[in-house]
Amino acid sequence: MDWMQLSGEEWQAVRLSIKVAFWAMVWSLPLGIAIALLLARGQFWGKALLNGLVHLPLVLPPVVTGYLLLLTFGTRGPIGAFLAEHFGLVFAFRWTGAALACAIMGFPLMVRAIRLSIEAIDRRIEDAAGTLGANAAWVFLTVTLPLSVPGIIAGMILSFAKAMGEFGATITFVSNIPGETQTLPSAIYTFTQVPGGDLGALRLTLVSVVISMTALLLSEWMAQRANRRLHAP
Amino acid sequence: MTIEVDVSKRLGKFELDLSFASSGKVTALFGPSGAGKTSAVNLIAGLARPDTGRIAVGGTVLVDTSKRIFVPRHRRRVGYVFQDARLFPHLTVRQNLLYGRWFSRQRSHSVEFDDIVAMLGVGHLLARRPGGLSGGERQRVAIGRALLSNPALLLLDEPLASLDDARKAEIMPYLERLRDETRVPIVHVSHSVGEVARLADYLVVLSAGRAAAAGPLDELLPRLGALGGFERHETGSVVDAVVEHDGGEDGLSRLASPLGSIRVAGSAGRVGRPVRVRIRARDVLVATQRPDGLSALNILAGVVAEIGNGHGPSIDVRVECNGVSIAARITRHSGAALDLKVGKPVFAVVKGVALEPGGPSLS
Repeated sequence: MDWMQLSGEEWQAVRLSIKVAFWAMVWSLPLGIAIALLLARGQFWGKALLNGLVHLPLVLPPVVTGYLLLLTFGTRGPIGAFLAEHFGLVFAFRWTGAALACAIMGFPLMVRAIRLSIEAIDRRIEDAAGTLGANAAWVFLTVTLPLSVPGIIAGMILSFAKAMGEFGATITFVSNIPGETQTLPSAIYTFTQVPGGDLGALRLTLVSVVISMTALLLSEWMAQRANRRLHAP
Repeated sequence: MTIEVDVSKRLGKFELDLSFASSGKVTALFGPSGAGKTSAVNLIAGLARPDTGRIAVGGTVLVDTSKRIFVPRHRRRVGYVFQDARLFPHLTVRQNLLYGRWFSRQRSHSVEFDDIVAMLGVGHLLARRPGGLSGGERQRVAIGRALLSNPALLLLDEPLASLDDARKAEIMPYLERLRDETRVPIVHVSHSVGEVARLADYLVVLSAGRAAAAGPLDELLPRLGALGGFERHETGSVVDAVVEHDGGEDGLSRLASPLGSIRVAGSAGRVGRPVRVRIRARDVLVATQRPDGLSALNILAGVVAEIGNGHGPSIDVRVECNGVSIAARITRHSGAALDLKVGKPVFAVVKGVALEPGGPSLS
C-alpha cells in the first residue's frame, strides 16, 4: 500500500485546497445571503441585470473569469492596486487570490440555493411576526433566516465543492505555484504533464473524490437535520 | 375601550367601505365569505393600508390618512390570531408563545405566562414543535402567542373556520374564557351565527364590503334575516342567563334570565354559571292566548314589537318580552289568521329541547 502514501508536496496541495475552499465559502456567505434576499424579495430597476451578473461565472469560460480577475484584481488592476496600496491586501499569485477566484465561481450556485429557500418561505408567517412586535430586521433574523437555513447549508456546500474543483479561473488568475496557489486540481494537472506522474495524479484524484463525497454526504445530513427541525412534532 | 373604524380601500374590483364604532368587549365582524371581513382586520392590524380613512383603538390613532399617520404593524399592539394559526415552524410551542413577549418586554406585563398557558390548556405541548400539533392545538397556541404579546386589541379571524365540528366545540370554551378572563377587547371575525351569538356583544354585519348594520348583539340578532345575505334560518335571539338548577332526574335544567325562568333540556353546568341561550326564530311559536295542554315548556308573555316583511311564505315577528327581543318565524298565513299587529299582546312559545345552554351547534 506504499503507493497510497501522499508526499509532502501532495499533502500541501490538499491542505491548501481545503483552506482556499473554506475561506471562499465563508467570505462569500454574507454577500450571498444579501444578494439572494435582494433577488428573492426586491423590486428594483436593474434586477435582471444583477441576476445576470451573478450568474455570469456559470456560463463564461473559467479562463475568461480568471483573466477578468487578473485585469481588475491584479497588482496593476484598478481594484487590486487600490487594495494593495491602502489595505496591504494582495490577491495576485497568492492563495487569497485563489480563494477569490473560487468564491466568484461558486457564487451563482450559492445565491441560487439560498434564493430558492427564501422564496419558499410563507410570507404570511413573517406578517404574523410583525403583528407580534418584530420590526423588519428582527423578522429577518428570527424568522426569514432560520427558515432558510436548509438553503444556506446547501449553498455553502455547493460553494465549497465548486471551490475544491475550480481550476480554470484559479490557474489563470494566480498561476500554479506549489505551496501558495497550487490547489488539488492544479497539482493533478501538473502530474499529468510530467513523465511518471500518473501515480501521483491517481492518489490526488482519490483524495479529491473522498473530500467531495464527504462534503456531499455532510450537506445531505445537515439539510435533513435542518428539515427535521423545521417539521418536527 | 372604543374601536373606531372608518376606512375605504379598493382591492381590484372589490371595494371595502367600512365604518363602525364599537365599545363592546367582543365586537363581531359578521358576514358571508367575500364580504371583506379579513380585509377589514388586515387594515386594523396594519398588514394593509387603507386608501383613505381612520382607525383608532382606545383613542390611539393607528391610521389617519388625512393626517398621514400610519403606525407600522409592529408598533400597533394588535394581537392577531389568523385563520391558519401561522405558528413559527422552527420554534417550540414555548418559544412561539414567548415570541411577542420578547418584543414587548419593556412594557409592564398584565398577562402572566403560566396563567395564559393554563387558561388555554397548552401546558403539555410546550416542548413540542407546531408540526405535530392538531388544528385545535395550533389555534390555542396561536391565541396564547397573540395574548402574550400584551396586545391592546385582539383580532380573531375565524379561528374556528379550518376546524371540524368536534374541534370547534373543543376551542369554543377557551374563547369564552378568553372573553371572560382577560381585559383585552376582541374583534372576532365570523360567518357563523352560532359563534357570534355565543361570544359577541356588539355586532357589525358586513355585506359586500359595507357595514349593512352595526349595533348591540341583542338588538341586531333578531333582525338578521331582514338584513339579507345570510342563511335565513339562522335568525334568532340571544338571552344571557344564569344556571339556577342543573339537570336533575328529569334531565331538565332551569336558567334565570330577564325573561324569567327558562327551562332547557340537558345539563347546563354548575349552578351560578353564566350561560348564553340562543333561541332560533324558527323554533318559536306565537300564540294570542296563553296555550294550555302544550308540551312546550317555555311560554313567555310579551307584545309584538315589529313585523318584518319576510321572504315568500314566512315573516319574522319580533316579540318584546320583559325588555328582551325574541324573534319568531311564522307563516304569512298564520300572521294574518292571528291578526298580528304591532302592540298586540302575545305569547312566545319555545320548546325546551330546542334550547341548548351555550348555544346550539356551532356549525
